[in-house]
Amino acid sequence: MNTISGNNYEDFNSLSKLLRKRIIETSAKAKIPHLGSCLSCLEILIFLYWKELKINVNDPEDIDRDRFLLSKGHAAPALFQVLAERGFYKKDLLNDIGESGSVFHEHPPKPGFIPGVEAATGSLGHGMPMALGMAMAANIKHQQYRSYALISDGECNEGSIWEAAMLAGSLKLANLTVLIDFNKWQATGRSEDIMALEPLQGKWKSFGWHTQEIDGHNFTEINTSLNNARLELNKPSLIVAHTIKGKGISFMEDDNNWHYRTPNEKELHEALKEL
Amino acid sequence: MRNAFATCITKLAKEREDIVLLSGDIGNRMFDDFKNIAPNRFINCGIAEANMMSLAAGMALSGLRPMIYTITPFTTTRCLEQIKIGAAYHQANIIIVGTGSGLSYAELGPTHHSLEDIAILRSIPGIRILAPADSNELTAQLEEAVNLSGPTYIRIGKKGEPSIHHKNSKLGIGKGQLLKEGDEILLLGIGPIINEALKASETLAKRDKNIAIATLGGIEPIDSAFLKLMIKRNFHTWITLEEHSIRGGLGTTILEWIADNNFESKVKVKRIGAPHKFIHKLGNQEYTRNQIGIDNQAIISLIENL
Repeated sequence: MNTISGNNYEDFNSLSKLLRKRIIETSAKAKIPHLGSCLSCLEILIFLYWKELKINVNDPEDIDRDRFLLSKGHAAPALFQVLAERGFYKKDLLNDIGESGSVFHEHPPKPGFIPGVEAATGSLGHGMPMALGMAMAANIKHQQYRSYALISDGECNEGSIWEAAMLAGSLKLANLTVLIDFNKWQATGRSEDIMALEPLQGKWKSFGWHTQEIDGHNFTEINTSLNNARLELNKPSLIVAHTIKGKGISFMEDDNNWHYRTPNEKELHEALKEL
Repeated sequence: MRNAFATCITKLAKEREDIVLLSGDIGNRMFDDFKNIAPNRFINCGIAEANMMSLAAGMALSGLRPMIYTITPFTTTRCLEQIKIGAAYHQANIIIVGTGSGLSYAELGPTHHSLEDIAILRSIPGIRILAPADSNELTAQLEEAVNLSGPTYIRIGKKGEPSIHHKNSKLGIGKGQLLKEGDEILLLGIGPIINEALKASETLAKRDKNIAIATLGGIEPIDSAFLKLMIKRNFHTWITLEEHSIRGGLGTTILEWIADNNFESKVKVKRIGAPHKFIHKLGNQEYTRNQIGIDNQAIISLIENL
């Protein structure tokens, strides 16, 4: 599905199911972990790529394109499916995902290998500051594009996220939107238990950001929040997207084992039945 | 050297719209001219070097040529992973300038000494590592680096370093220069510390020892053609000199270069560099060079005992 006309939420929902299915199949086949982290941010990725970002799949390096950085690079298996379905490259390129010699593995590589990928991410705390640099570059070069980053709640442990948050707030960088996939888990436990994240929205607000809180699986709320972010002209925007790790598959939802586990044959069968 | 840097980038920023200067909250007043001609292209990124390095990568991927300027430990080892991924892996057009390198800030203690930056950065592929000996070499290297692809690290002193190079020297990146002719012994150095070799050579000349002195301007890329010429000169000993740890810097690079090139030459290599330990008894740069055995006295003593 290359395009969705208007805000057709039925189309969005069927796209979510289709891509969930592919992400889970790939994880099972290629034994690629971070399945829970991929499923929690899928709706955000879909809305960004089908509605929000000004991009041209036939000219992925168009200098005026909006930039999107998957700062939580471990959700690359979701991004790869989104980019393929959106038309950046043929879906059959993903047939060898996870195989020796493929460029499609567990994290996005640097630009030049996969059309649509803006930067290599996966070391947490790098992508969002890079998106900040891209937003600053737009201002310096008098370009109109916007810059977006999707970070994880666990990623907010990284000091560089807060360094970037302070500078963006100080620069009143209104062309930067950061979304937090707040699925309440990080690798080994509840994100709130490991580092004192809350009040998450309040922290960003106090750093000079326009902040919003939404249901990160609800396309209407994603749409509204991104519109609001665009209308804010004096501050960078932060959207805390409440999500469920492993969203869409009953036995994976909010079960952090699916940070590292991959489905066996029976689990794959059960998961696909739910989609 | 830092004033030469400020002058050079101000000139470059006048000529080119893509030059951006990122400061880690240093250079008070030094960049006033730059700010006057390009106010939106000077950004004080605060004392937050990891973010500064990554955002520079984002800028470079968006068509700009950011230069990062702060004190050496903070723009190298403090944000090493951001250099590895943001700058080097992405081959981002970033120039990283470390000021106060080596023992320029000797009195400030080990937090501000940078004696391991070259060793660490040279293990990362795809980044040029330069150590100009004086302001002229720095300017030549900067002007060249802004036209090259990929990241460049330039390690400079602070202020008041003497002029080393002849006016008509062909300076730039990866260019070895014979500063002084001599025989039997070649002293190879990088950075402003080469002045200690020049001082030593004056004393040695009075004792009938005429050593040759050369600078390499950096270690990545290394000027292989120049080194091969030096091999042909059949010096019996090469002495490397650097204001950097004895481990992993110029001396190590030269030993590797000789080993990897399978020369039949019998040249012996002696290394002068900072011992592999932290420095506790502090003083100024001259005092500290003397204390750790990398000054002109140490050079003289080594040569007289060969």
